[in-house]
Amino acid sequence: MKKKGEMKKVKIVEDKVNPENDDPWSWLVQKGIKPSFLCISIFALLVRVAIGLHPYSGANTPPKFGDYEAQRHWMEITLNLPPRDWYRNSSVNDLSYWGLDYPPLTGYQSYIHGVFLETFDPDSVALFTSRGYESYLGKLLMRWTVLSSDVLIFFPAVLYFVLVYRGMGQKSDVAWHVAMILLSPCLILIDHGHFQYNCISLGLTTAAVAAALSQKDLVASVLYCLALNHKQMSAYFAPAFFSYLLGRCLRNKNPLLEVSKLGLMVIGTFAIVWWPYLHSKDAALGVLSRLAPFERGIYEDYVANFWCTSSMLVKWKKLYTTQSLRIFSLVATLLTCLPSMVQQVLSPSSKGFLYGLLNSSFSFYLFSFQVHEKSILLPLLPLSLLALEEPRSLLWLTHFAMFSMFPLLHRDKLVLAYVALYALFILLYFAPGGPGGRCNGSKTLDHSQKTKKGWEFLSSIAFHPLVTGFFFLCSLILHVIYLTMHPPNKYPFLFEAAIMLLCFSQFVLFTLYFNSKQWMLSKHPTSKNKQKKLV
Amino acid sequence: MEEQESPKTPVAIAQLVWFFGIASTIKLLLIPSYHSTDLEVHRHWLAITHSLPLSQWYSDETSEWTLDYPPFFAYLERFLSAFAHLIDPQIVHLHDGLNYKANSAIYFQRISVIVSDLFLLYGVYRSTQTLASFKRNLIWVLVIWSPGLIIVDHLHFQYNGFLFGWLLLSISFLAQGRDVMGGFLFAVLLCFKHLFAVAAPVYFVYLLRHYCWGGVVRGFTRLSVMGAVVVAVFAAAYGPFVYHGQIPQVIRRMFPFGRGLCHAYWAPNFWVFYIMLDKGIAFFLRKFGFNVLAPAASFTGGLVGDASPFVILPQITPMATFIMVLLALSPCLFKTWRDPRPRLIARSIAYAFTCGFLFGWHVHEKASLHFVIPLAIVAVESLEDAKHYFLLSIVSCYSLFPLLHEAQEYPIKVLLLLLHSILMWFCFSAQFTKNVSMKAGLQADKKAAQFGLKGSSRCAAEKGGFVLDWVAKSYLFGVLIVEIWGHFLHPYLLGDKFPFVPLMLISIYCALGILHSWIWQLKRIMILA
Repeated sequence: MKKKGEMKKVKIVEDKVNPENDDPWSWLVQKGIKPSFLCISIFALLVRVAIGLHPYSGANTPPKFGDYEAQRHWMEITLNLPPRDWYRNSSVNDLSYWGLDYPPLTGYQSYIHGVFLETFDPDSVALFTSRGYESYLGKLLMRWTVLSSDVLIFFPAVLYFVLVYRGMGQKSDVAWHVAMILLSPCLILIDHGHFQYNCISLGLTTAAVAAALSQKDLVASVLYCLALNHKQMSAYFAPAFFSYLLGRCLRNKNPLLEVSKLGLMVIGTFAIVWWPYLHSKDAALGVLSRLAPFERGIYEDYVANFWCTSSMLVKWKKLYTTQSLRIFSLVATLLTCLPSMVQQVLSPSSKGFLYGLLNSSFSFYLFSFQVHEKSILLPLLPLSLLALEEPRSLLWLTHFAMFSMFPLLHRDKLVLAYVALYALFILLYFAPGGPGGRCNGSKTLDHSQKTKKGWEFLSSIAFHPLVTGFFFLCSLILHVIYLTMHPPNKYPFLFEAAIMLLCFSQFVLFTLYFNSKQWMLSKHPTSKNKQKKLV
Repeated sequence: MEEQESPKTPVAIAQLVWFFGIASTIKLLLIPSYHSTDLEVHRHWLAITHSLPLSQWYSDETSEWTLDYPPFFAYLERFLSAFAHLIDPQIVHLHDGLNYKANSAIYFQRISVIVSDLFLLYGVYRSTQTLASFKRNLIWVLVIWSPGLIIVDHLHFQYNGFLFGWLLLSISFLAQGRDVMGGFLFAVLLCFKHLFAVAAPVYFVYLLRHYCWGGVVRGFTRLSVMGAVVVAVFAAAYGPFVYHGQIPQVIRRMFPFGRGLCHAYWAPNFWVFYIMLDKGIAFFLRKFGFNVLAPAASFTGGLVGDASPFVILPQITPMATFIMVLLALSPCLFKTWRDPRPRLIARSIAYAFTCGFLFGWHVHEKASLHFVIPLAIVAVESLEDAKHYFLLSIVSCYSLFPLLHEAQEYPIKVLLLLLHSILMWFCFSAQFTKNVSMKAGLQADKKAAQFGLKGSSRCAAEKGGFVLDWVAKSYLFGVLIVEIWGHFLHPYLLGDKFPFVPLMLISIYCALGILHSWIWQLKRIMILA
């Protein structure tokens, strides 16, 4: 805390020395955080609308179409059937055609959006007849439902987070930070290009993180349960939330009471969301079995995680049954989560919590069952929240996260959007006067000047222009090859595999780096605590 | 002016490129959006210039979209068509290419506009070279991120950014006192798009007085130098057509006076009031039982407006509009003659375009950019200028809204305008509070440059920075009401009745704003001169 204060002072002094500062963001932040947030969010919204002009996944590709059709179909189902029939195969609900496989909150959200679609374009959500429905108006309305979810949930959550997180660094960096979170290219491409509603679950998670950082543990647990009930993928963050909240409870005078309060909140939230399915055991289990599609195999396509990458050497799917693979993946995920969980239970801290989110989501991405390329959005979120601490990691991970999704986006015909949005992100990152532009020089990650010489050295090697340049060149060449050349007939997925391999190597390095970063935080807890007391 | 040739030029260029890059990525993202028939018009011009010999460029009638821009623009299309041919030969095929809507064609043309905006970049860089960094950034925001330019060039489709680059270049040379260069660039601009000729009287008077005046011999040599430059430019443009005997045909194509007084959608200018007056009188006369002929052609009919649509008031001929423009210009011409000052030239040119917009024949709503863009350069000079520009640019951008009439682009245009207004509001507020604080400790080397600002910063201190008065506020609020009425309440309450009312309201309401801007600009020129 004190170091931050010093940083601020240094910044102010610098500003005084240099009154004619060329900071193009100064006018943006001089009215305070909220107006500048408004300005950036309007820009972010404009970018989202512009991405919405591009095609969605599965456009004009019968019979299965893509995620767009899945979401539309869910609206059709939820609008026309009672909640208890949503997850049940029946004559009116063919689960093999994009059956609902997200938790009930997604169902409710689809219902609300379905009502919206029905008022303006009834044909688009008519039962049976609307399958594969595609029209100008339909696309527009669907795009607007994502936009509105973004504006109503993700944007306020980010504002909440930034307000909680402020007090660190220069004022103008807040604008940069907001831009980094709101204009994360991967999230925008998947939600507004490919078509999904990640903004809702990620927004709820962000709000939960903000609540946790501002010591409102109960609110945080409710918000996080909501996120979990919108997309089961939010479970990637569960170890971090669990360990951080547990660690804080243990520090309390009456840990048992605190834990039971949290438990009640969690159970209560789940009970409300799952109400239509709690009347019988079968109904609840039926929904649960829809949420865990084990029959789809341990990995799909070419996702840059451990199982998929190592399957080039070990044919997991042939050697083991699904049952044992499930156990393998569970054990591997939990084992890799464990260090960061232990750290948080032992010494819960705001920064450690954010790193914990990052680490647990990376463990899940790398080792859990049935991971999709899009799941890289989950580690990206906590990293973008940490943008001021880890600017270069954010840049680097965004680069490879984008790259790992490139084949997917290429299938969706979103290459132009991909290029433009990536360029926009780079430009914003290197905004004149922003931290991204500054940290290129001698000034490195701020909180580790004296204590972590070794890490300084390592990260200076890792982020050495030659190393980054080499990897960047590799990915650039792969992009070009992927776009221009045909793979040999013998290996039709050669390029996908190469991309996967490159991205996987980076993701593993990131996991190691962030885990040790998190442990470094608690290595000197005493000095930190002393500083806190002083402040 | 020259002493500030800033030491931080690389930084400035990097920042400028940054602003431009952000704009370019947005423009790239907008590629799949709605585009008007202008895309096909320009594609056809690519085909004409690529597949036909020069002698037939202006006589070809394969498509209804005949070439009607001056020769330099045709040469530009010829240049672009070489690349288009490499990418997809069908784009430049005279017959097969008609209404060719493949991605290759759209991407090529859209990207050519984005690249041609580099001229705008250079133009605005040159005009802001000598300014302090904050003002420079502000002007870049106003010009490079101009929502009007994005709507017209990158959604609707045209090459205006490129042309404004030439205009800003010309103005920047004039402002530095390099008159020959300024005149030369303006002559080039005229050979790209003749609509810019509205400012020619101002150029003529200014160059005559500022460059050529003073002594018979000196004056005459300078006059002949300038004349030679202009003649050379025009010879380069029209020479080949003279050689082929095509000039009458070129002129016929470039000046299609067969078109009506007003465009399909009425540009928010003086003639809107004239039409409304006419309709109003006719309405009342009919009410009182007079037998008044109903107008033969509707004004909203656009191209078919060659019939005489006025019922009561005298008909308007192209000559009448020409004289009105000259009359409106005359005070400014007079001032320029009396006192030709480089500092005022941007204002005078903008004023000339305003007159042309308000009183001209068959004016497009897009033409309001002709004065909004140059005025951005002077908007940072004082608080009054900033307030005026704030209103004007919002009105001008709003008047472009009807260009994008499809639901898909609705949020885009609204967000563009909203973002622009908020950015302007922040920038101007920051600048004029900054001026107040800077008054205390002006640095010695800045003094020379700041002299012009002293007056403005004082009044900023008195009035407490960038605050709009209630008239301006209520006018802007009115914009909101007009928009809500036109888009939501009108269809809801009246259904399909009076479908012309929303557009008419926009025209009238924006015309009020532009009329105010015209008077304000005139007053400003008179006071400053």
